[in-house]
Amino acid sequence: MKRLLLKGGRVLDPASSMDGVYDIFVMGGRVASIKPSSEARGENPQVGEGWDIIDCAGKLVIHGLVDAHTHLREPGEEYKETIKTGTQAASAGGVTTVMCMANTKPANDNESMTRYIVKKAAEEGLVNVFPVGAITCGLKGEALTEFASLKDAGCVAVSDDGRPVTSGTLMRRALEYSRLFGLVVISHAEDAVLAADGVMNEGAVSTRLGLKGIPDAAEEAMVARDISLAELTGARLHIAHVSTAGAVALIKAAKKRGAGVTAEVTPHHLALTDEVVSGFDTDFKMNPPLRAKKDVEALREGLNDGTIDSIATDHAPHSSIEKDVEFDHASFGVVGLETSLGVVLGLVSQGVLTLRKAVEAMTINPARIFGLDTGTLMVGSAADMAIVDLERKWIVDPARFRSKGRNTPFKGMELRGKVVKTIVNGNVVYDGEI
Amino acid sequence: MKLKKKDLLGIEGLEKEEIELILSTAASFKEVSTREIKKVPTLRGKTVINLFYEPSTRTRTSFEIAAKRMSADAINISVASSSVKKGETLRDTALNLEAMNPDCVVIRHSSSGAPHMIARHLKSSVINAGDGAHEHPSQALLDMFTVKERLGGLSGVRLLIVGDIAHSRVARSNILGFTKMGASVTVCGPPTMMPEGISAMGCSVSHDMEALLKDADVIMMLRVQLERQKEALFPSVREYSRLYGLDAGKLRKARKDALILHPGPINRGVEISPEVADGPWSLILEQVTNGVAVRMALFYLLIGGVKE
Amino acid sequence: MDNKGIERALARIAHEIIERNRGTENLVLLGIPTRGHHLARRLQKKIEEIERGVNVPTGAVDATLYRDDLGMKETRPLKEMEIPIDIDGKVVVMVDDVLFTGRTIRAAMNALMDFGRPLAIQLAVLVDRGHRELPIKADYVGKNIPTSLKEDVRVHVEEIDPASEVVVVPLGA
Repeated sequence: MKRLLLKGGRVLDPASSMDGVYDIFVMGGRVASIKPSSEARGENPQVGEGWDIIDCAGKLVIHGLVDAHTHLREPGEEYKETIKTGTQAASAGGVTTVMCMANTKPANDNESMTRYIVKKAAEEGLVNVFPVGAITCGLKGEALTEFASLKDAGCVAVSDDGRPVTSGTLMRRALEYSRLFGLVVISHAEDAVLAADGVMNEGAVSTRLGLKGIPDAAEEAMVARDISLAELTGARLHIAHVSTAGAVALIKAAKKRGAGVTAEVTPHHLALTDEVVSGFDTDFKMNPPLRAKKDVEALREGLNDGTIDSIATDHAPHSSIEKDVEFDHASFGVVGLETSLGVVLGLVSQGVLTLRKAVEAMTINPARIFGLDTGTLMVGSAADMAIVDLERKWIVDPARFRSKGRNTPFKGMELRGKVVKTIVNGNVVYDGEI
Repeated sequence: MKLKKKDLLGIEGLEKEEIELILSTAASFKEVSTREIKKVPTLRGKTVINLFYEPSTRTRTSFEIAAKRMSADAINISVASSSVKKGETLRDTALNLEAMNPDCVVIRHSSSGAPHMIARHLKSSVINAGDGAHEHPSQALLDMFTVKERLGGLSGVRLLIVGDIAHSRVARSNILGFTKMGASVTVCGPPTMMPEGISAMGCSVSHDMEALLKDADVIMMLRVQLERQKEALFPSVREYSRLYGLDAGKLRKARKDALILHPGPINRGVEISPEVADGPWSLILEQVTNGVAVRMALFYLLIGGVKE
Repeated sequence: MDNKGIERALARIAHEIIERNRGTENLVLLGIPTRGHHLARRLQKKIEEIERGVNVPTGAVDATLYRDDLGMKETRPLKEMEIPIDIDGKVVVMVDDVLFTGRTIRAAMNALMDFGRPLAIQLAVLVDRGHRELPIKADYVGKNIPTSLKEDVRVHVEEIDPASEVVVVPLGA
């Protein structure tokens, strides 16, 4: 049996309110025990032959990140990303669990597709992969998929992410039906008619650049509709990639009323405003778009006051075919798996949020939202961990990404805080320099 | 003094001194077009490619004449927008053109930023001849030239731009250009045609055209795309024209010596009435004449000297 | 050469122009900007003083657009082009400050030809410093100053410079 000791790191586990210097003993891929590090010195009888020891002194040890919003592109667009490269990227970013969205080609809208993804992930994936099934067949917004079969095959939520469910009635039925299985419905909240052919946030920057804008209202109108429907049906609704101050306010009010609503935000919406969209660089084109300063402030506040539950990357790799074109014609989306922790730790060092809050929003909270048995280092749980050097500075160089996608808005930026090792089920899947 | 960049992508990237240089150089070139022999050998052996992804008569012809009067070889390529989506990418088109060693590529494109994209890929100079709703720098330069020639300068000039500001690259370039030169700019149009945050570009915003006329030294009318009616930006041509068209009645409220500009092509009876367009106050054709001089100046300043 | 020297040379050239052309009929003076243009105006004044009552049309011909070295240097600023009358059948006296390689004069003559067909083109220069690279010779010379290629001849005129003078300086000074 494989045995591993993570020795003397600062262990921070919000789920168990643990924060201190501990030794973590891993046996059989699970956390066997956690002891104050002083006990483990030298003579500790448990550690002898057959133990691998990682010296974590001066490092932060957390549960691996749980990223509930990624696009792994397989099957169908393997030139952009595969389950293999996507999970390699995840491992390099300290992410040990990803949920992958259904907008593959063809879409993950049936049992056999889900089984294919689960099988492929088991064979080639470096981290845990949980598929999200489509709400409607082919993401066409016309007919519901078979939620029961999808769940049986391994889907942990349903979403047409990438496009909204335009019909209010269909969304209502999806929410109603989801209750049978306790499946969370993830809403890509966008009024497509209001967003029209917008390509960036509507505001002074889009006006100056002569680019068509996407108004806040395009998101907020849909967030409002879906909250109403969640309250009408009593179902569990999760709002993906919240980007506007208005949407934060709507979610806050809904939570106050007791609606079954949760919400996530991406690192790029927390860190950047539309002011960075200069020079028509399509690596800054994503949907929802980078918004104004007031929105970034509201998102940060929402994360701190619990309105927003989790941080997810919306990792959306594209190739130069989609990105090295006119801004109008470029695909929406940016990669995020390899930069999410660094970007969020940057916000921590700026005092935007506490380290505990950041870890919570990237581990236990998304796990709880989707009912995943992960997100905490409590004894007996799977040994999925990230060892982080909080002080290490590094420059984001897309050429060194494990992801096939190079489309990051953080390129060239200096980040502070880097994953040095990632462990999944007790195995080191990313082995950087300590 | 020379231009600092190899490309002219927008007024945004120009300094005041560079605009002054272009305008004074254009003044020299205006004389060439009045000669019997309207040609100078300056750009002999240079190649200019006019790459137009949008239909245009005036601008393309103006660039072509400007190039030819400088003895450059001008080649026109018109690409129907419909074939763009099926055909090769803009990047590939640009690289293929580059392989033929042109000195300057003049590009018009319906997507904002398209000239910036090809400028990143090309060693030759790129001139933006209009990109989406972003910029149309040579138009703004010829507008500034026309006003400067008439009024002696641009500092303190009060410019009123009327029409569909949201979709107008001419408006954006002129706001940037005139304000850089010390003029004040007011934009006017219905709220449906007024983009969010336009005042951040340095202009003031109003919706009441009649009230603004008396304070304008220069009135610039923008072409109204009639197909915008389908997008509900205005209910009818009749109502648009009543509120924002410049006719003799409204003109009586303006200063007697106000100059009237229009980038063309004009919709007679929509944004400008025939008697105003043809009247003594109108500089519309003068703008066209000056356009050639300004574009000659741009070619001279961008590709007339040693290649960096 | 100081202002007095320059004035004396110009006075002599004025006389020579009148003498050679048997008067001033048909005469047009075109200076090559910038300083040649000022010298042309001075010559005009002197000729009109000598021949009372005559009016000699005077202007400027900018050779920049016709130069053969445009592609070898940074873009040159354009200067004034002022052709005061139709030059067909006229005797055009081009005026420049320094005659050196002859390339500017070649360019200026090409420019002139685009404006018409003069009866004759003559050349007046304040200084001929030698080192011709083209078969061009001045008809009127203020002063021949032998120079080396390591030197530069500069003409200053008080219209735009602190004082009128001709100086020989090391190249690049």
